[in-house]
Amino acid sequence: MFDDFIVRAFAAGIGLAFITGPLGCFIVWRRLSYFGDTIAHSALLGVVIAYALDFNLIIAVFVVSCLLALSLLFLQRRTNLPDDALLGLLAHSVLAIGLVLLGILSFIRIDLMGLLFGDILSVNVTDLLFVWIGGSIVLIVLILIWRPLFAGTVNLELAKAEGLNPDLANAIFTLLIASVIAISIKIVGILLITGLLIIPASASRNLSSTPIQMAIISSIIGLASVVLGIQTSMIWNTPTGPTILTITLGVFIISLLPLKKLLISKKKIELLNKR
Amino acid sequence: MNSLVELNNCGVIRNHKWLVRGVSLKVSQGEIVTLIGPNGSGKSTTAKMSLDILKPDEGTNNIKKGMRISYVPQKISIDWSLPLRAIDFVNLVKKHKTSEIDDALSITGIKHLIYEDVRNLSGGEFQRLLMARAIAKEPHFLVLDEPVQGVDYPGEIALYKTIQEIVKKINCGILLISHNLHVVMSQTDYVICLNGHVCCSGAPNTVIKEPEYIKLFGKNIDPTLAFYQHHHDHEHLPDGSIDDSKKD
Repeated sequence: MFDDFIVRAFAAGIGLAFITGPLGCFIVWRRLSYFGDTIAHSALLGVVIAYALDFNLIIAVFVVSCLLALSLLFLQRRTNLPDDALLGLLAHSVLAIGLVLLGILSFIRIDLMGLLFGDILSVNVTDLLFVWIGGSIVLIVLILIWRPLFAGTVNLELAKAEGLNPDLANAIFTLLIASVIAISIKIVGILLITGLLIIPASASRNLSSTPIQMAIISSIIGLASVVLGIQTSMIWNTPTGPTILTITLGVFIISLLPLKKLLISKKKIELLNKR
Repeated sequence: MNSLVELNNCGVIRNHKWLVRGVSLKVSQGEIVTLIGPNGSGKSTTAKMSLDILKPDEGTNNIKKGMRISYVPQKISIDWSLPLRAIDFVNLVKKHKTSEIDDALSITGIKHLIYEDVRNLSGGEFQRLLMARAIAKEPHFLVLDEPVQGVDYPGEIALYKTIQEIVKKINCGILLISHNLHVVMSQTDYVICLNGHVCCSGAPNTVIKEPEYIKLFGKNIDPTLAFYQHHHDHEHLPDGSIDDSKKD
């Protein structure tokens, strides 16, 4: 069944969309979109290391991402610089190091375009295993830490005072972001992954009134965009990752239409009539 | 008495400056302890030490193990990106039964707002929601940091009455922070007057006579202020409508 590259592409994209939905919501709620971007930038270094040592690409990227997250924590404690400056510093310096290393190790040939924008049609069975097994683990862990993570997102001190451990949940959440970015490199590429995390979540925000609703709708939007995106890219012969992202943008624009308001105002009018 | 929280000579230092120093206090079951003091006097810092959010740099904080704690922080701002209804907020730290949520929202008078998005609530309504969430847990120890800010005057009195009722009903210990001295004083068991250190402390009637207290807050209310006596012939329900059953 997974012999066909199209089937593999669909399976990989759908698996990814399941996790990016809820994870993306937390990234939006916690204002971490630039953090996601920074981790994605560091992925190039991971890829170069993977090629140089002939190591699994996804694991190498995951390890580099985790190291980056740790350095961010370290810098936050040692300096008085604002977070966005630290993130910019890390993102671009690590990207530069990756490119320098790539220049030194001239025997490595990397498909840079594929790395930047993904190449979902080249996904193999090992990648699929990473997406589905890794993705399931990420999803289960996210469900397990949901309460402390969410309570800490609303108010850190309140969560701490009432006996939850939001700091631990935050640290685990950082690892989850790193793993999802590692998993998604082949599928949408390092330049577009933050988009796949944020745009469906943002569109979902306009349509939902509870946090869990927002997470689920976000997954559904991601799922639909992946399926539509792969098909469209085959019909029009466009690059797949960017096509998927363009479709999520389309959904976001639709979500801006006052669909929910129309529903609510109807309900309110009914209520008033009853009184 | 069963002591829930004890601070012994506690202090917190940040950037070479003591935010608060030498604070000792004890909250027992069924007791209201009130912290008063001007802005920046270390009231919130003291509250955070009693919750173990802040570790004291000096002294010790003993907090009874295994008790349920509820905290109403001074400021909470909910990010626009978070869709959150009142009921979701009540369930934030612990999922409650529907009946428990109904009870908590009824006591604080906002039951009709249960499915309302928290950003649509007014300042006073949000303050009541914070309180509802805190009491839904039936805590052993409840910390209220300026719980009546943004609440109108009748609402303020109602909320203070609610706090008294809660103590009676669930018999918890309360640490209450306030800068409104005159309203709080009447119902509290023990008052601690802070200004970077403990200025004076004791039962409400004794504190008010202390010279340190008078120096900080004045002997009487400022002559430019006065109480306006309301003579209402009706009472309002929490949603603003008039209670017909109590109309003269």
